Amino acid sequence: MTKIALNLISGRTIHQGVAMEAGKEKDAYTKACGIIEMDPSDLKKLGAWRSTNVRVTSPYGSVVVKAVEATQGPHPGLAYIPMGPWANSVTDPNTYSTGMPTFKGVPIEVEIAMNEKILSSVELVQKKCRGEV
Amino acid sequence: MTKVVPDVICPFCGTLCDDIEVEVSDDGKTIVDVYNACAIGAQKFMHAQASDRVTRPRMQQPDGSYKEVSYDEAVEYTAQMLVNAKKPLMYGWSSTNCEAQSVGHEIAEKVGAIVDNTATVCHGSTLIAVQDVGIPSCTLGEIKNRADRIIYWGCNPTHAHPRHQSRYSIYPRGFFTNKGHKNRKMIVVDPRNTDTAKMADIHYQIEQGRDFELLSAFRVALRNEVLPDFVAGIPKEKIYEGAELMKSGRFGVIFFGMGVTQSLSKNHNIDNAIMLTKDLNEFTKFSIMAMRGHYNVTGSGQVLGWQFGFPFCVDLTRGFARYNPGETSSNDLLRRGEVDAIFVLGSDPGAHFPISSVRKIAELPSVAVDPHITPTTEVSKLHVPVAFVGVEVGGSCYRMDNVPIDARKVVDPPEGMLTDEEFLTRVNTRVSELKGVN
Ligand code: SF4
Repeated sequence: MTKIALNLISGRTIHQGVAMEAGKEKDAYTKACGIIEMDPSDLKKLGAWRSTNVRVTSPYGSVVVKAVEATQGPHPGLAYIPMGPWANSVTDPNTYSTGMPTFKGVPIEVEIAMNEKILSSVELVQKKCRGEV
Repeated sequence: MTKVVPDVICPFCGTLCDDIEVEVSDDGKTIVDVYNACAIGAQKFMHAQASDRVTRPRMQQPDGSYKEVSYDEAVEYTAQMLVNAKKPLMYGWSSTNCEAQSVGHEIAEKVGAIVDNTATVCHGSTLIAVQDVGIPSCTLGEIKNRADRIIYWGCNPTHAHPRHQSRYSIYPRGFFTNKGHKNRKMIVVDPRNTDTAKMADIHYQIEQGRDFELLSAFRVALRNEVLPDFVAGIPKEKIYEGAELMKSGRFGVIFFGMGVTQSLSKNHNIDNAIMLTKDLNEFTKFSIMAMRGHYNVTGSGQVLGWQFGFPFCVDLTRGFARYNPGETSSNDLLRRGEVDAIFVLGSDPGAHFPISSVRKIAELPSVAVDPHITPTTEVSKLHVPVAFVGVEVGGSCYRMDNVPIDARKVVDPPEGMLTDEEFLTRVNTRVSELKGVN
């Protein structure tokens, strides 16, 4: 199976903001944040269509999200997961004595995971805390 | 007949818009519509009306489900947890008013807790840099009326602060900027071609994480010294061009966000950005401002500042205030397993902390005070729902430029529901009884 290496950043999108205020337990929040925005050229390298489920793995964890085409690109080599539990499942927790985890610039690998499910925020966090995923 | 409540404050982002109008039903109980707010702000008001809202505290059961309990039981659990813990962490404080923050700090002093706010994952590195090198800043009003050079560095206000540009930084016609955006030049530095970058006069699509280098390059270019052909992926001609554009303005401002605070160089990025601002003042007037996220994270820093002398990561466990980011900061404490209870109010670390920290919250005795159901409330032992600040209760808040603005109450909270301040006051009283102090 093809795996590609990318550099991950996260942050706010207006969809993330609106969905979060409507309720983090709702579907809209998963749709807004359980995604990874990738450059079309990277999607091609991966051999994935738009809206394919993918598994994102970093040295710090792993999570399943939906791969979508970046709307704020082009940015080949760079991937974007909106801030939230999905991004934080793989983010770099090292603070290097500043108190601030390194949320931007996380080395990740992405592979197609067509048959794996994208969990909702509450499910994802509860399962991660219980060590089930 | 409905009535319109004017001059309402939006309690979402640090822009703290103060021109929202909310249409409420005749009996003053329901919000019918929201005017002037952006999509996120409007949603915040409308969600307060959700029919599935939780209105009573819930305690986690051994099987992981939640059972409704009374506010009295919730107060008792919280007070006991804080008093019995050796080193409790009291985290959040950014989505509430200054009055509630102040009561929270009183409790923290009594029980010997660590108080930290969301700056710890947001502009904490900025606060460290400001302590290192100072900060030449101004108010958003000055920017609206005077600024003709606007730089957004590592921030995307179109998504994160949607009305920032229309109210203050790009579009409004000010006293000396009477042609609105035609008077202004806009520079964006971002590794993505963001919706903000698409509007810019110059967009520097920087290599991610190379902000320190590019900031240094601008400082070199200002002095017309020699640059290598490329810095951070940007050709040197473009850097000289940007430096000239900055110098040629009458009043400029650098707004910066998570792109610089959360990348590897962290506080060093910010102190370099501040030094660039200082250098620019040799040529023209320049200011710099952090794009603060939560509507009252600035207020939390202010209240902590005037009460204890430090803006975040305040350790009160030894009976006096200590501050040492990296040691007394939430994520370091959680990862190293150095706290034995956690109290969260006005934030959602369950969604916004790295998962390794969230696991610790789930293991520890924990209380989450939040109007919403969030990943934090769903892993905490106790969830205490409260009234929405800025919708169902007023109070003081600080805008991103440190200007205090009073939030307004628009509608009543659901029957019998406590506010943050009321809940904290009851916990404070109970803590005093348990500790035998007044
Ligand atoms: S810009 Fe910020 S403060 Fe203004 S309405 Fe939108 S979310 Fe609210």
